[in-house]
Amino acid sequence: MKHTTLAILAGLCATIAQAATPAELLAGYRAEAVRQIPAFQPDARRGAEFFARRFGVSEKMPACAACHMENPAQAGRHVVTDKAIKPLAPAANDRRLTELAKTEKWFGRNCKEVVGRECSAAEKADFVAFLMEVR
Amino acid sequence: MNRTPGFVIGFALLAVSVAAHADKLRLPVDAPPAFQAECASCHVAFPPQLLAAEDWRRVMASLDKHYGDNAGLDAATRGAIEAFLVKNAGSPQKVSPGGTVAQNDLPRLTATPWFVRKHHEVPRADWTHARVKSPANCAACHTKAEQGSYREREIVMPNGARWED
Repeated sequence: MKHTTLAILAGLCATIAQAATPAELLAGYRAEAVRQIPAFQPDARRGAEFFARRFGVSEKMPACAACHMENPAQAGRHVVTDKAIKPLAPAANDRRLTELAKTEKWFGRNCKEVVGRECSAAEKADFVAFLMEVR
Repeated sequence: MNRTPGFVIGFALLAVSVAAHADKLRLPVDAPPAFQAECASCHVAFPPQLLAAEDWRRVMASLDKHYGDNAGLDAATRGAIEAFLVKNAGSPQKVSPGGTVAQNDLPRLTATPWFVRKHHEVPRADWTHARVKSPANCAACHTKAEQGSYREREIVMPNGARWED
């Protein structure tokens, strides 16, 4: 019984620890980027440019916008399967950018597929700053 | 009194078999939450019965190169999903493992003998219709695919027509 209660408590704490706000994620990426580039400041305009850039690495997914649309406040469509994708921008979807592990998972997958490599902390910070401004 | 007419038993058996058939592709109850969260975020949660166990193992071994996308997962999540898929995989007789695709290509559940037989009446133009995009887009015609239901009466073809056998 005690063990069960403890387990539930531990699970609850873990869940709470994982919940985050977009601003907290941005602060985390910024801090990481500053360690590499001391003068770094997140820039939403750079993030917007990154979002719209055609990397051309993946044939079917040349750019983020291939699936997430030009305006990430809109619902997207997976370009291979046609499956609906909920909007990326927190203004349109309040569950976005609220869980670091999830955000990292998608950066991991999509950077490798679309950009052709892992994204840097600076790129992630710019990207998050951009998404937070999209209305 | 004890004798039930044969036709009653016949009907009962038929009803059971039809119900079982319609439910056959329902998502098994032991599906880990990660299956929906990870697989169904990009495509329909494909019924595990549609590929043989060894084919699922091959699919899960190369998630970073997953049919034109990167679907990489951490080891624990990957393992849980693979165990579920393998446990609920289709019978080799039906979905013929290996053999259905070129050697270096990944197994495709749309290339198994079962899938091909079930869909052989679908006109070629429907597969390439803008609304369909890929044969793996079950929900393009199977309107309840997201709920794991593939009944014939739920089918709506790309031109909006009901499926008539």
